Amino acid sequence: MTVQELPGAAAYRPTPPPAWKPLTDPAPLLPDPEPYRVLGTDSAADADPELLLRLYTELVRGRRYNAQATALTKQGRLAVYPSSTGQEACEIAAALVLEERDWLFPSYRDTLAAVARGLDPVEALTLLRGDRHTGYDPREHRIAPLCTPLATQLPHAVGLAHAARLKGDDVVALAMVGDGGTSEGDFHEALNFAAVWRAPVVFLVQNNGFAISVPLAKQTAAPSLAHKAVGYGMPGRLVDGNDAAAMHQVLGEAVARARRGEGPTLIEAVTYRMDAHTNADDATRYRGDGEVEAWREHDPIRLLERELTGRGLLDEEGIATAREAAERMAEGLREQMNADPVLDPMDLFAHVYEERTGQLREQAEMLRGELAAEHDPLEENGVEGRR
Amino acid sequence: MSTAAATVGGRTGRAKPATMAQALGRALRDAMAADPTVHVLGEDVGTLGGVFRVTDGLAKEFGDDRCTDTPLAEAGILGAAVGMAMYGLRPVVEMQFDAFAYPAFEQLVSHVAKMRNRTAGAMPLPITVRVPYGGGIGGVEHHSDSSEAYYMATPGLHVVMPATVDDAYGLLRESIASDDPVVFLEPKRLYWSKADWSPEAPAQVEPIGRAVVRRPGRSATLITYGPSLPVCLEAAEAATAEGWDLEVVDLRSLVPFDDETVAASVRRTGRAVVVHESSGFGGPGGEIAARVTERCFHHLEAPVLRVAGFDIPYPPPMQERHHLPGVDRVLDAVARLQWEADS
Repeated sequence: MTVQELPGAAAYRPTPPPAWKPLTDPAPLLPDPEPYRVLGTDSAADADPELLLRLYTELVRGRRYNAQATALTKQGRLAVYPSSTGQEACEIAAALVLEERDWLFPSYRDTLAAVARGLDPVEALTLLRGDRHTGYDPREHRIAPLCTPLATQLPHAVGLAHAARLKGDDVVALAMVGDGGTSEGDFHEALNFAAVWRAPVVFLVQNNGFAISVPLAKQTAAPSLAHKAVGYGMPGRLVDGNDAAAMHQVLGEAVARARRGEGPTLIEAVTYRMDAHTNADDATRYRGDGEVEAWREHDPIRLLERELTGRGLLDEEGIATAREAAERMAEGLREQMNADPVLDPMDLFAHVYEERTGQLREQAEMLRGELAAEHDPLEENGVEGRR
Repeated sequence: MSTAAATVGGRTGRAKPATMAQALGRALRDAMAADPTVHVLGEDVGTLGGVFRVTDGLAKEFGDDRCTDTPLAEAGILGAAVGMAMYGLRPVVEMQFDAFAYPAFEQLVSHVAKMRNRTAGAMPLPITVRVPYGGGIGGVEHHSDSSEAYYMATPGLHVVMPATVDDAYGLLRESIASDDPVVFLEPKRLYWSKADWSPEAPAQVEPIGRAVVRRPGRSATLITYGPSLPVCLEAAEAATAEGWDLEVVDLRSLVPFDDETVAASVRRTGRAVVVHESSGFGGPGGEIAARVTERCFHHLEAPVLRVAGFDIPYPPPMQERHHLPGVDRVLDAVARLQWEADS
């Protein structure tokens, strides 16, 4: 018997629960067809000069951070670095719109957002350096661990925001994900949960054009990633991810909306990853120089610089000051990263469980013995010359 | 069975027959009453009270915010629980059926099991994942898997399985109170098993990680857990006719694993059979047999044998009795332990 043959199937309509208000008009949820812009438009005049200057300083610092971290990979001081060069406006705005009590849920590419939120630059790099997974206490900074699996941090953000609201705390969670991550099941489940629970969450998709090598056209058939919001019953916003002022405004509105108890927002920031996926990637295999060069014209620092100098808020001296501050940060980072971290191998067993299992106690003793004896099984069996 | 009075912690209660499902429900209720940070969430756990009625009444008593019907999405359920635990709550999630937990596997393996480790101890996750598991209830496909080997292969998780009504209550209370994540496997076919039990004064049980000798014996040790415990106890009774006095060890948890209790038993008896209903190849029995052999080699009179489910996808319900290790298959293994003695 097929569904159509079920008795009464034609007349069947699901009965909504009393509290459920059907959305009769999805139009308010739909994003505008063009990414929202502030810089270079009439609304730029309304932007707060102090905010624009702060964004500028942070963008310049962020660009330098990306360059320094990439250089550290070449010196073997970082195992890997996924650069966010070109995407700094997204990173900085995400950090700046949050209050101290709010939470940030970054992906592996969002080191810069964590640093802009106040995390120590070296602590932010422990994962990528390879000495520890997370070099900071997430609760202290209200920054979740940089997340390597794609989109899996999004349901965490929903659960945390939901829990905060249950406890009566005025907390918003901002979760970051890439364009590739929007294809993952966890993206869908997180958005659905957030909308159903009206959780105070902001989802920020940084659409940087490629998921490693796969372009957006092969990632989705949706009109835009922001359009995905309407299916869950939340507003979608499309914004120019290289426009720091627009990013700050749109994210700020979404955070305010979440804080008012009006539920989640999905924001797609259209941006571009100027560097390869990581230092280990060869981007020339999947995109041409022409494409990269075209985006250089739309560089987030250049856009803001043009605005600030045009309005007489920034001059050569101001630019030099911002660059010097960034240089000092890079110097400090270099210095600290050039010192070898002191690692205790016994830490391997320290944080698996609250209390070690018998098996872990045995294994810890074995390692302790090996460390004490510099255990060499070949030598012990009469094979010489290994050391 | 007659009722009996029991006293625990100054409380007195009259014991009467209760099912494992009732004891589990009571454990959830008492944990929620004792600690306002305990939240129950999952598909159908609220109004319906769970498809096995384990969460019956919780939403009514504690409200929708404490016992929440979620959208149908296991990764979302467990992923949200991670965030809730990050904010200081103590979520207890239900996965409804063993094979329904697989969409949540990434959250479990990549985050739940590792968050304490990833954050160098700064952020432990006190999450209990309740998984109704195992076969023997005539469920159609994807409703009868034994998934414990997947979980026990993931460092950072505790893997706990009660086999008695007392343990169902005690181990679940302890799992919820644990600051480490626990995969709590509830043997579906024991949900309706009964024992004298007092909800007002539940018996104190051994902690997670301690195995218990359910039946002392001298000729061989049956090492088992969860749904296979009653099978082993029945086999041990039947074996007395053959002159075999079998000891039955209930592991109660696979992680942590109680090497001491198991090894002490096998050293006494000199023979061991591991019994479980999940597949044998790559299953828990191989690990257990290896551990026993490493510790008891000189005490063993015969190889450590495994009695397990076949290495097949879980069969359709009309065939499952051929797959599940029953009393006869356990006794056959016990008989095979004699080869060394006879030669």
